[in-house]
Amino acid sequence: MSVLEVKGLKTQFHTREGVVRAVDDVSFELDQGETLAIVGESGSGKSCTVLSVLQLVQRPPGRIVAGEVRYGGRNLLELSEREMRAVRGKSISMILQDPMTSLNPLLTVATQIGEVLQVHMGLDKRQARRRTTELLRMVGIPEPEMRLDDYPHQLSGGMRQRVMIGIGLACSPNVLIADEPTTALDVTIQAQIIDLIKRLRNEFGMSIIWITHDLGVVAGLADRVMVMYAGQVVEVAPVEQLFREPRHPYTIGLLNCLPRLDIDRAEKLTAIEGLPPVLIGRPAGCPFSPRCPQAVEKCSKQRPDLKPAGPGHRVACWAARL
Amino acid sequence: MTSDEVLISVRNLKMHFPVHQGAIFQRSRGRIRAVDGISLDIRKGETLGLVGESGCGKSTLGRAILQMHRPTAGEVYFRDMNLTSMQRNRLRRMRRHMQMIFQDPYASLNPRMTVGDIVAEPLIVHNISGGRKRREQVQTLFELVGLNPVFVNRYPHEFSGGQRQRVCVARALALNPDFIVCDEAVAALDVSIQAQIINLLMELQAKLNLTYLFIAHDLSVVRHISDRVAVMYLGKIVELASRQDLYANPRHPYTRILLSSIPVPNPQYEKKRRRELLAGDPPSPASPPKGCNLSTRCPLATAECYKHEPEFREMGRGHWAACFRA
Ligand SMILES: Nc1ncnc2c1ncn2[C@@H]1O[C@H](COP(=O)(O)OP(=O)(O)OP(=O)(O)O)[C@@H](O)[C@H]1O
Ligand SMILES: Nc1ncnc2c1ncn2[C@@H]1O[C@H](COP(=O)(O)OP(=O)(O)OP(=O)(O)O)[C@@H](O)[C@H]1O
Ligand SMILES: [Mg+2]
Ligand SMILES: [Mg+2]
Repeated sequence: MSVLEVKGLKTQFHTREGVVRAVDDVSFELDQGETLAIVGESGSGKSCTVLSVLQLVQRPPGRIVAGEVRYGGRNLLELSEREMRAVRGKSISMILQDPMTSLNPLLTVATQIGEVLQVHMGLDKRQARRRTTELLRMVGIPEPEMRLDDYPHQLSGGMRQRVMIGIGLACSPNVLIADEPTTALDVTIQAQIIDLIKRLRNEFGMSIIWITHDLGVVAGLADRVMVMYAGQVVEVAPVEQLFREPRHPYTIGLLNCLPRLDIDRAEKLTAIEGLPPVLIGRPAGCPFSPRCPQAVEKCSKQRPDLKPAGPGHRVACWAARL
Repeated sequence: MTSDEVLISVRNLKMHFPVHQGAIFQRSRGRIRAVDGISLDIRKGETLGLVGESGCGKSTLGRAILQMHRPTAGEVYFRDMNLTSMQRNRLRRMRRHMQMIFQDPYASLNPRMTVGDIVAEPLIVHNISGGRKRREQVQTLFELVGLNPVFVNRYPHEFSGGQRQRVCVARALALNPDFIVCDEAVAALDVSIQAQIINLLMELQAKLNLTYLFIAHDLSVVRHISDRVAVMYLGKIVELASRQDLYANPRHPYTRILLSSIPVPNPQYEKKRRRELLAGDPPSPASPPKGCNLSTRCPLATAECYKHEPEFREMGRGHWAACFRA
């Protein structure tokens, strides 16, 4: 059963150079208790997609121009700012990508987390402080009592990130959206956080959208993977299927770029050739075609739609073997 | 092209921060020993990888080497100049040779400047070039880091996280520095662009004989780029060895646990795997344990480990570790 359903989402930015199509007709579903990983090129619209779900895209210059986000029988894109505020944090919470910009530099850790707890959970100040300490301990911050009155700049990068995770988990959300939540963590703390998230998922049936560049994390956490390129979904598949049989040439390229621990240092890491696309204007064909090793003539003329490529596996490519 | 010539030399470096508590009556609650007596050499032309638990002091060490924090104690030498005793204006001129790529790209970019101006700024400040020459240089730098030069007039907030990180790399490269501290320089990038930037950093190193201190959490990236790797735990270096040696033959229990926690891009493997985790909570850098810093969480700890601090000693050729049990 799906808890969240995104249909035909389009988000654009109006800039001096023209209209940036950051999210260009994206559709996906998220099941109860499921973990969906979103991977893809930097700048491909992963953050914009999830920000749009919660109407957090800055406008202007951003604008959601089309689509639907169905949650609990409602279309979230039709809700007012006041109604949205009740959804954010409590039903669907989001861990944003840049801790330094999303934490208020002038407020202490206790004040920032406490605020969320007071607003959404109706705790008083003292209760909120106690719960904040628990949350910080849960995300592995040593001596949390000592950190309550710290300001963000006094924390290390990974501690700031863990404070963000603590805020995201504060109200035991039904859906957790996490945008690169563990980039600043070392592998041992990352493993602890992922265990914690898995536990919450198993205990409370929390559904998760997890954006990451770390394909190792994807392999360990995700049920399904969605691959984005130039504002579009180019492939989606169950996790084992995606690693075993990636179909889209971009996905194949991505898996080839990984530095491997099981072979000694190659001269050079493989990278996908060519420059990332400019998202202004809409090319007629497949956005990956200028860089695609498998491109055929049709690819530069007509945009491919997502088509079934196996159980739960869909790919948008003219050249991929189906 | 690593030589034996030492470019950066760190001697018994300490960086402590005071801790206050209470919103109005700030009571002093001791000191956070972010960097607590570190000595190491970085050779000209090498990449020294620096890994360790989040909050163990890696960024602080990088900053203290570049004198962005004035250290509490100890010395840092660049070639044979003592940076710790150098005056501000001389230090400012030295900056040209030493750059830093920050962990938090957004916080380190001025939101009111276009990214073109941000990359050009060091060229202006240090009087390197002007006019058309400068515009060309900025364009080349953009291309080097895989950013489309049509975006020079955009502001940082108009970019995605990874795109901003590339702006930071371009800015750091602008002055052809000798030494760069890369603090999580590729963490926010997708693996393809990460590969491009790493290839680029390695190419530039070969071409310009650059020296890097490469701070990162991604141990496969560190293994790829580093000549030697240092492992830090709670303000101290606990192990230091050549890249091959460290990964093949880790001596310190913390290094072993770190290496065993690397996520592997293989779903079948990940489903079955049992991770070795560190027991218990990490100790606070304000009150480190009495003996070995790891003793409270170490699977191998014995009575000795709780009482005395192990010496950092050479255990094999160029392989150093601080552990009684190694
Ligand atoms: N305020 C803005 N004005 C103009 N363009 C924008 C703005 N914000 C984002 N964009 C553009 O929208 C596109 C999608 O950005 P988004 O942040 O969603 O990428 P992403 O996939 O999350 O990338 P990353 O992995 O680097 O975080 C990018 O190409 C970016 O340049
Ligand atoms: N300006 C500051 N004031 C007070 N404490 C600080 C300051 N900067 C860092 N610290 C403290 O010093 C310790 C080390 O922080 P540092 O940022 O060096 O860690 P790190 O190893 O880079 O961690 P991460 O991997 O999470 O970025 C932390 O306990 C942090 O809270
Ligand atoms: Mg993003
Ligand atoms: Mg850091």
